[in-house]
Amino acid sequence: MLDKMFTPESLEEAWVILKEEMLFALWETTYVTVLATAFAILLGLPLGILLVAGEKDGVLPLPKGVMHVLNVVINLLRSVPFLILMILVFPLTRLIVGTSVGTTASIVPLVIAAFPFVARLVESSLRELNPNIIEMAQSMGASPMQIIVKVMLPESIPSLISNFTIAITTILGYTAMSGIIGGGGLGKIAINYGYYRYKYLVMLIAVIILIVLVQVFQSVGTKLAVKLDRRVKR
Amino acid sequence: MIEIKNLSKTFRTAAGTVEALKNISLTVNDGDIYGIIGMSGAGKSTLVRCINMLERPTEGSVLMDGQDLGTLSKKELRKVRRDVTMIFQGFNLLMQKTCLRNICFPLELAGMKKEDARKRAKELLAIVGLPDKAGSYPAQLSGGQQQRIAIARALATQPKVLLCDEATSALDPKTTHDILELLKDINERLGITIIIITHQMSVVEEICNRVAILDGGVVAEEGEVSAVFADPQSDAAKRLVFPDGEEEVVPVHPGERVLRVIFNGAMAAGAPLITQMAIDEKIAANILYASTKCLGDKVYGNMLLGLPEEEEIVQRAIKYLTKGGNVLVTEVTGNA
Repeated sequence: MLDKMFTPESLEEAWVILKEEMLFALWETTYVTVLATAFAILLGLPLGILLVAGEKDGVLPLPKGVMHVLNVVINLLRSVPFLILMILVFPLTRLIVGTSVGTTASIVPLVIAAFPFVARLVESSLRELNPNIIEMAQSMGASPMQIIVKVMLPESIPSLISNFTIAITTILGYTAMSGIIGGGGLGKIAINYGYYRYKYLVMLIAVIILIVLVQVFQSVGTKLAVKLDRRVKR
Repeated sequence: MIEIKNLSKTFRTAAGTVEALKNISLTVNDGDIYGIIGMSGAGKSTLVRCINMLERPTEGSVLMDGQDLGTLSKKELRKVRRDVTMIFQGFNLLMQKTCLRNICFPLELAGMKKEDARKRAKELLAIVGLPDKAGSYPAQLSGGQQQRIAIARALATQPKVLLCDEATSALDPKTTHDILELLKDINERLGITIIIITHQMSVVEEICNRVAILDGGVVAEEGEVSAVFADPQSDAAKRLVFPDGEEEVVPVHPGERVLRVIFNGAMAAGAPLITQMAIDEKIAANILYASTKCLGDKVYGNMLLGLPEEEEIVQRAIKYLTKGGNVLVTEVTGNA
């Protein structure tokens, strides 16, 4: 495999593909990842807040049944393998995007797979908060909504950013899989050229670009989380 | 005025029910600095949280200026909490916000305009002596400074009552003293009633005028600080006033009679009472134990004197010691 990978022909071929398709694939991957993460946060953040605030001792206690249903639904969605989930949500994707194949269409299963995960991440971020801070806010006459908006979320920002960084890198990994259902991007290139046509060098390059992308997202996220954390003396 | 009437609080836990507070009745008058003292687990923190209804009493009521807080709706209660604010052992500042914004926080909750809130916050920073810390974050401040910011925040809504939950327990003695001075100053200048929860007798001594001693969820003793300190009646009070356990250090020599001399605000300045007694009455008293403290220019505390066994000498000593007033003398009898 290795000896075939670096023949002059394969190098030439890889160079052509790189020039013609990689840049667009990189753009597609980034666009799908960022958009899917944004929608996943849009759905997952309120859900994660409910998971913490809705508890019996939370700031906005919800009926036990509601909490139970929320937890079961989240666990259920999280336990379906992504490959199968993509196929399962075809009808929904068609309803929202108009088609069930293609790059934009792949955002729908990505969001469905990611938002329960994001909800759990938000839940763990909010649970890190010192409960005495919430008691303080209550003692000052804060309403449940004020506690959520003015205390729980702002005080958790560094942790939330760290966890959203985990989410975006995980979603990036998932986008590669969506090449199976015709989603574009680096994953498609890796599968189409590497798996179906044995052009391993192209696959290798696509994977390396994915790795670099993960590194970039992770270091930007980490830097941002540290920069925005006011708990450190500076 | 805050009246706590027959208040009980029971917690239901997996291990059964726990009676944290049992039938507590207390009255805190306007302008008081009221100490609630007890060992850990005595129910102090639960009691203070019942005053602002962070904990709902199981039975009994809390009346603030005649209004029963237990009957208020959640919304009305949130309004009352602007009048009864609180500071904490752990300061509980918002770590991601500047000091100025921390002080603005209760004002924002109350719906005050941003500029007005900032203006008020700056005034408060000056009151607590940290006018230059507006833009600092809590993590950049020392513990004492953080508590000052917390005090400023608690004062923002111009409360009538300030609840202090072990507010100095995380601070060193010097800082504790400074914070207590600040609280005293706030009490005098702004007329705010202060309720202090503590396990340190020194805190009560330093600034409180009244004290309640909580033990096992009941009020063991209540009254003027000077009276309780000079002559503690309950076991819980004795444990707090004499943490070393006074009875154990009584070495009674054969034939010696022991008097307990209780100083309840006797003038201290220039009156070495025991020495003077030796000179004036020629009675040589043996000091067996002494635990006295000066509050202001007055002496409070407790002393054990060993005296010769003659009745006449003992009577003369009692007469001499008590003639100045504010000194109580009782004979300690019992096993040697």
